[in-house]
Parts: sequence; C-alpha cells; structure tokens
Amino acid sequence: MSRGTVLVTADWAEKNLGAAGVVFVEVDEDTSAYDGGHLAGAVKLDWKQDLQDPVRRDFVNRQQFEQLLSSKGIGNDDTVILYGGNNNWFAAYAYWYFKLYGHRDARLLDGGRKKWELDNRPLTTDKVSRPATSYVAGEQDLSIRAFRDEVVSAIGAKNLVDVRSPDEYAGRLLAPAHLPQEQAQRAGHVPTALSVPWSKAANEDGTFKTDDELRSLYTDAGLDGSKPTIAYCRIGERSSHTWFVLHELLGHGDVKNYDGSWTEYGSLVGVPVALGDEPGEA
Amino acid sequence: MGAVVSDGCAAPDQAAPLPASVDLEKETVITGVVLAAESGEPVAGGYVRLLDGGGEFTAEVVTSPAGQFRFFAAPGTWTLRVLSRSGTGDAAVTVGRGLNELTITVSAA
Repeated sequence: MSRGTVLVTADWAEKNLGAAGVVFVEVDEDTSAYDGGHLAGAVKLDWKQDLQDPVRRDFVNRQQFEQLLSSKGIGNDDTVILYGGNNNWFAAYAYWYFKLYGHRDARLLDGGRKKWELDNRPLTTDKVSRPATSYVAGEQDLSIRAFRDEVVSAIGAKNLVDVRSPDEYAGRLLAPAHLPQEQAQRAGHVPTALSVPWSKAANEDGTFKTDDELRSLYTDAGLDGSKPTIAYCRIGERSSHTWFVLHELLGHGDVKNYDGSWTEYGSLVGVPVALGDEPGEA
Repeated sequence: MGAVVSDGCAAPDQAAPLPASVDLEKETVITGVVLAAESGEPVAGGYVRLLDGGGEFTAEVVTSPAGQFRFFAAPGTWTLRVLSRSGTGDAAVTVGRGLNELTITVSAA
C-alpha cells in the first residue's frame, strides 16, 4: 500500500467528479451535512443506519452489504472515493469496512469535507441516483478486525494504540468533548496501550501528515514495528483513521481495528483497566 | 429528535438546545459564537476545535447558521481554535462546571 493508491487529493477529486468508474461516497453519522450540499454525483452512506445491524451490536452481514452497495449503484470494479465530516473519521471507518468485505479499490479524499469546504470547492444539493448494480462482497477479512478477547490477550504482548484524546485515555473524560459525559461505564484505558491520539496523524485542515512525520510519530511513541498492532478508540471510527495510517499509508503488516473499542472494553466485567497518563503494567 | 446523542462520535447540531439530560451541576459546558472581526457577522460552517492544556486536540464541531458552538469538557484551561473561510481565530479560556460562554472572532491571515 502507498499514499498513491489509497488517498486522493481535493484537486484530483474535483477533476474526477463524474468520471466513469469512480464513485464518490459521503459517509457521516449525521447525514444532514450531505443534504445541505455534497460533492457532485456523490451518494451518501449513514454510518449507523446503513452500516450497523439494527438489533445486535455488529455490522450488517455480507448479504446486507451487497444489497446496500448494489442499491447505491456501486460496482465491484468501481474506484470508491470516501469522504466525510469529522476529519474523515466515518469515511475512514467506511474505508476499513469496505476492505473488511473485500472491496478492491477504495480511497480516501485527503482532508474530507473540511478541506473541501475551506478551499471553497463546489457543493451541490442535486439529487443523485445511480443505476443499481449486483455487488458481490467477500467474507469478512478478520485479519483487520479485532474482538475483545484478542484485546485482553494483547495486553503486554502486542502493540495496543489508544487513539482517543489524552483526557479520555487518562480517564478524565468519558467521551469526546463535543458530547455529554454522562455515560455509565468505567473510564481509563487498556493497560499497556500507548496513547497516540488520532489527531496527531492529521494536519489542522484534516489532511494526513507526511509519511516521514507519521513514521516518527509512532516510533517516538514507542510502537514496536515487529509486533502486531491493535488500535481502538471509543466506538471504532477514530481508530479506523489510525488503522488507515498504519496499515494503508505506512504499510505495517498486521494491524487490526477493535471496533468494540472503549464502549465495550470499559463495560467488561473483570478486565484490567489503567487510569492516568501512563500506559500501566501488564 | 434531540441532536445530542452519545452513542456515536459525530458532532451534534450546534444550535439545538441543551438536552434536559445534561446536568449543569456536573457538566462543564463551553459554548459561544464565532464572529467575523471585520463585519461582526456570525460565521456559519466554521470549524471550532477544542485543545486541552497541552495543546492537544480534544474535539471539533462545525458552527451553526448563527455561528454557535458547544463543547462538554472538564474544569481547566482550554484553547479554542477556529478555521473558516472568513479566516482563523483563537481564544484561551479557564472554565469551571456549569455554562461557560465566550465569543471568538476570526480574521483573514
């Protein structure tokens, strides 16, 4: 993997709006942003409505994912350009999700909506409809998805990267600071997890830092490149951003995203939890 | 539907009233409005990021049509940093529990 095959610039995107074989997909939790103006021709995906099982806490299954992409007019051979708000958190999550189900050519729009808007690039409210396809998904590629037991057994053995803000890591906040803090769950982090906030991988305008800057970031944080890595956050979307950096931009071989993340781990009975700014002992 | 839900991580509608479930005895709310320095007009669609005492990113929201923003933080010192098509601006605040209101002005570089 390298930057050239997984990331596109805003300039490239603007030139390729409407290009054959290229589908732009806006991914957000709150789709009102899309409704207020989106890239020309882009279809929308709702992080929750479209990608989460409505009953169990899990993803839509393979058949549901096939139906979803078919109905959106996305084909197996299309180059899918994902973008969104929140510094591409949900777009990165969707990227990881598309890879989980084996989509061949997905890319992120560097900087997402934020850079696009700050650049004053065109947005439209035109309705988008694409002819339906017959999308065929693969079985989930579990080499990039971690579950809770693997996280517990990774303590002191693999790299665990907590990508939340320092205050969430230390247990001073339970959620990102644009959300109320009322949740009933334990605060803190998985013992031995390194604190490398996702935001350190991005510039202020939401674009990714250079490969050299990114390599230094994780090396300086103490990430052992010879070991497998599991990234987590609160619900798995900010850690998708970091998964993208480690696995797709820097080419680390064994990197998983733990989508259960702190909302699962911090509610488990009997597992170790560390408080404060230090990783803590295994 | 109240826009402030905490099962996801997206930024809620910044113009929505504080939900009844928010306890101002416990929560530390930082809220306010972003104005353009030259015109004094509210800046809609500006990106406001909350940086902690160490300058580290904590959260980011997009201002409402009336230029409003809101964070749920903790008592302490914070920096607010705004990026917008009208320019950039910063404000440093020290806050306690309850409602903390401020105005941030932005100007072109």
